[in-house]
Formats: sequence, C-alpha cells, structure tokens
Amino acid sequence: MNVIRDPLLWLTAAFIALLVLLPHSAGLFSALFPQLPRPLYQQETFIALTLAHFELVGISSLLAIVLGLGAGIIVTRPGGSEFRPLVETIAAVGQTFPPVAVLAIAVPVIGFGKEPAVIALVLYGVLPILQGTLAGMAAVPAGVQDVAKGMGMSDRQRLLKVELPLAAPVIIAGIRTSVIINIGTATIASTVGASTLGTPIIIGLSGFNTAYVIQGAILVALAAIIVDRGFERLAQRFNPHRPAR
Amino acid sequence: MIEFRHVSKIFAGVPAVSDLNLECKTGAFSVLIGTSGSGKSTTLKMINRLVEHDEGTILFAGEEIRSLPVLELRRRMGYAIQSIGLFPHWTVAQNIATVLQLQKWSKAKITARIDELMALLGLDPALRDRYPHQLSGGQQQRVGVARALAADPEVLLMDEPFGALDPVTRGALQQEMIRIHRLLGRTIVLVTHDIDEALQLADHLVLMDNGAIVQQGTPLEMLTRPANDFVKDFFGRSELGVRLLSLHQVKAWVRTNEKPLPGEPLSEELTLREALSAFVARQSDVLPVATADGVPYGTLHFSDLLTTEIARERHS
Repeated sequence: MNVIRDPLLWLTAAFIALLVLLPHSAGLFSALFPQLPRPLYQQETFIALTLAHFELVGISSLLAIVLGLGAGIIVTRPGGSEFRPLVETIAAVGQTFPPVAVLAIAVPVIGFGKEPAVIALVLYGVLPILQGTLAGMAAVPAGVQDVAKGMGMSDRQRLLKVELPLAAPVIIAGIRTSVIINIGTATIASTVGASTLGTPIIIGLSGFNTAYVIQGAILVALAAIIVDRGFERLAQRFNPHRPAR
Repeated sequence: MIEFRHVSKIFAGVPAVSDLNLECKTGAFSVLIGTSGSGKSTTLKMINRLVEHDEGTILFAGEEIRSLPVLELRRRMGYAIQSIGLFPHWTVAQNIATVLQLQKWSKAKITARIDELMALLGLDPALRDRYPHQLSGGQQQRVGVARALAADPEVLLMDEPFGALDPVTRGALQQEMIRIHRLLGRTIVLVTHDIDEALQLADHLVLMDNGAIVQQGTPLEMLTRPANDFVKDFFGRSELGVRLLSLHQVKAWVRTNEKPLPGEPLSEELTLREALSAFVARQSDVLPVATADGVPYGTLHFSDLLTTEIARERHS
C-alpha cells in the first residue's frame, strides 16, 4: 500500500512513460500546433538526450561536490581556517557569474562541446555545497567536539566518525540544491554543442517551434522533480538518529 | 597521580591560571570549585591537553604530560562534561564503546564491557540500542559517565558533569559517583561551582579564584578553618552549620544503648543535615534510626548534633 502511494515511484513511471510515448506523439502535437510542419523533435531520441543530460549533470555535480565538500572540510580544519574568507568569496563569485557568460568565455579558449559546459556548471554548483558543508560543520555541538577530542580521537577520526556524520543532513541539503539547479542549468549547455535535454528547447526557441520547447521542458522539469524527491529520501535516511527539531 | 608544578596559562595576555601548584593523589576524589572564570575548568582541561599550559610542568603518573603522545594520554583518562556530549548519531552501546573502539578491542570483549558498565551505572539493558535523544537527562549523563569509565582509565576528569540536571537527578548521580568511587577506587578530578556537590563528593577540595588556589584541604578543614574571608564567604557564613552537618552521616552519631522508639526511623545513611530537617519537621528531639535495609537499631538525639560536631572541630 505504502509502495503504491509513493510519489517517487509514480513520478519515475511517468518519466519513463514519457520517454517511451513521446516518439509516438506526433499526432497529438500536430493537433495542438497545426501550423508547425514538424511538431516532434526527432533528430535524436529523447532517451539519448536524457542519458547525455544526466552524464553532464553527473560529471559536473560530482566535481562540484568534490570541490565544495573538500574546500569546506579544509577551511574548517585548524590549519585551513585562514583561507575560509577567501574560499567563500571565490565560491560566491563563481555563483554570481552567469553560466552563460562563463560559456561565452570558455568556448573561445577550449572550444565547443561538453568541456566548457562542465566548467560553467561546476562553478555555478560549488557554492551551495560549500555553504552546506560549512553550516553543517558549524552545527556540530561544541560539547560533542570537545568530548571527541578529550577521549583521544585523532583529527581524522573526529572528522570521519563525528563531524561528517553529524553534518551530513545539512551537507546533503546543499548538494540537493546544487544538483537541482544543475539539472535546469545544464540545458544551456546545448548552446555550445553539448547534447542535452536542452537541445530541443534551444532549437525550438530559435526556430519558433513551441512543441520542441514543451517536449524538452517537460522532461527536464520531471527529471528535476524526481531527483529532488530522491534526495529527500536520502536525507530521511540520515535523519532518524537526530532529535526532532 | 596528577601534579601541577608552577603551572601558568595565559589567554591573549590575560592569565587564566597563574603559578598553580596542585597534587591530585591516586585514588582521591579531588574537586575543583570556584566562581565562573576562576580557572577551574582551564585547570582540568590542561590535564588532558585540551588546553596547553604555557609555563611549569604537569605530571601524570610521574611523567610530564607532553612527553606522552597526546592521543594515548587522553585515552588513559576518562572525560565527562556538562553538556554530556553523547554522539547523537550513535546508540547508547556505541557511545559507551567509543574509546574501546579506538583501542581496537575485540567485539566480544566490547559487548561484555558494555553490559558490565550499564549494570554499574544502573542503566536498563533495554536502553542499549536507543539513541541519546530517546533518553532522559539523567540517563544521558549516566551513559556519559559509563563512556568515560569504559576503558578503565587511570583518571576520570569531569567538568561540571551534573550541572544541567534537575536537583533530584543530580542528587541521585552524586550518590552514584560516591558509590563508584568507593567501588573502583579511581582517581577522580571534578570541576563544579555547586558548593553542596563539592562538599558531598570531595576527599580533597580545592577552592580557586582568579586563576589561583585560595585554599585546599578536606571539606571539613575548609569549613572549620577557612584561610581567609573569601573562603568564609564562599562557603556561606550563614549556612556554615548546616554545611558542616552535611559532611557526616547519621550512623556516626547514633546511640545504640537506648531502647527503640516508635515512629518512622531515619536511615543511618542520611546526612546529619537531613536529620536536622527531620527533627524540625517532626517537632521532636529524639528520632529512631534504622539500617539502610530498614531495621531499627538505635536513636539520634538533637542535642548530640550541637555538642559533638562544632565542639570537636574547635578543640581538635
């Protein structure tokens, strides 16, 4: 019963159904947009676009996690605290800089394709993860830190056994924000030749083909919602040990 | 067991502790007491190097503490604090086993040790797999003490361990500490600002003010022979009498040569302070006394409290 009521299950089913059914929906879209000569995006399959999209999001999010979490851990160590303002500023600048502008600068330097897109998405995604890491570390109770130290845990043991597990819910919240933004933002990577679910959107926008835009946008939105629910599930898994607040 | 020799600690130009000389003897229950900012917590934390001292030497079991690896030093000492500091993401059993895990005990040994400690602290075995937020404050602090005792440390350091508890729970845990101290004979160093707690627990009481020791000795010495007005004021001039009474148990003053009286008997393990309260409440100057198990065996006279206690000290 609970399994059937699970929204994540239904959303995923809806997403898969869309991937399967969209190629057969030419009739529907020509009825909705009779003025369009080709109302269904067919240059690439939606499945291929989805896989490419998630590959791009996966790579850039992974890099953003490594950078954001790594920098967050380093600047909360005694030796790295001096770098904290600098790191926070760099991350903030990275997010303030519009990804489109990053693409515009990166393309002439390293050419078209996936690479400039990864750079832009990583820069854009680091800040929420860094902030989540810093907030999570700061929320570890001072008494717990004190006792962990007083009981003879090494710096490494304190980090791995105490600080990271206790900070995990907040860090995961940061990663969740970053990845969700990333899924939406990755669509603009299609402007520099990377293949993503943004490709039908970009082509649709430049060719006044509203049907293409809808087809791409529905899939991206649904993907973002599914991943968001997935993160909620993950966060719950980390939470049962903590007092209800 | 622990010896401070001319130890000073300076925080940002301000001395927190200056020229401290102190010895906590093996097996003694030493209590550091003082007002906020008197340096008592700093003194405690210098022992396990959570705070590094700037001058002087601190010896632990005859060795300068800096000559030992810091992690080994800390693992040889139990540590319990006011906010308890239980790891919220670990169960009671995992919390208690913290140091045992660090010292890589075998699983079977750890399980046996957890059972033993939970029994020692009066914790229901059913609590093993609970998380700290599912326990009451008193249970949490019991787990905190069990955790500190887990690896059978040579010294137990306690920083206002009962400060956050309600008076009833605090009283119960103080009794528990006295029992555990008698049972295990561990060296304990405890920091508190609660005078009654200090008087009740200490073998060796150290009063600190402004980073220096004002007076140290047994609780009785501190009350009856205060070194100066500060000590007198600290222990409360007006309450000196009841505080003296609180240092003794009924059993030392009981008369066994009289025939038993009717009425609800006092337990011989009550303090004379509690007995005084009973005299006043019951409007009587003689009360029956029973053993801890409730078997009446003698009487306590109100007048004995007056003649013996203060007089003894004055003449000794």
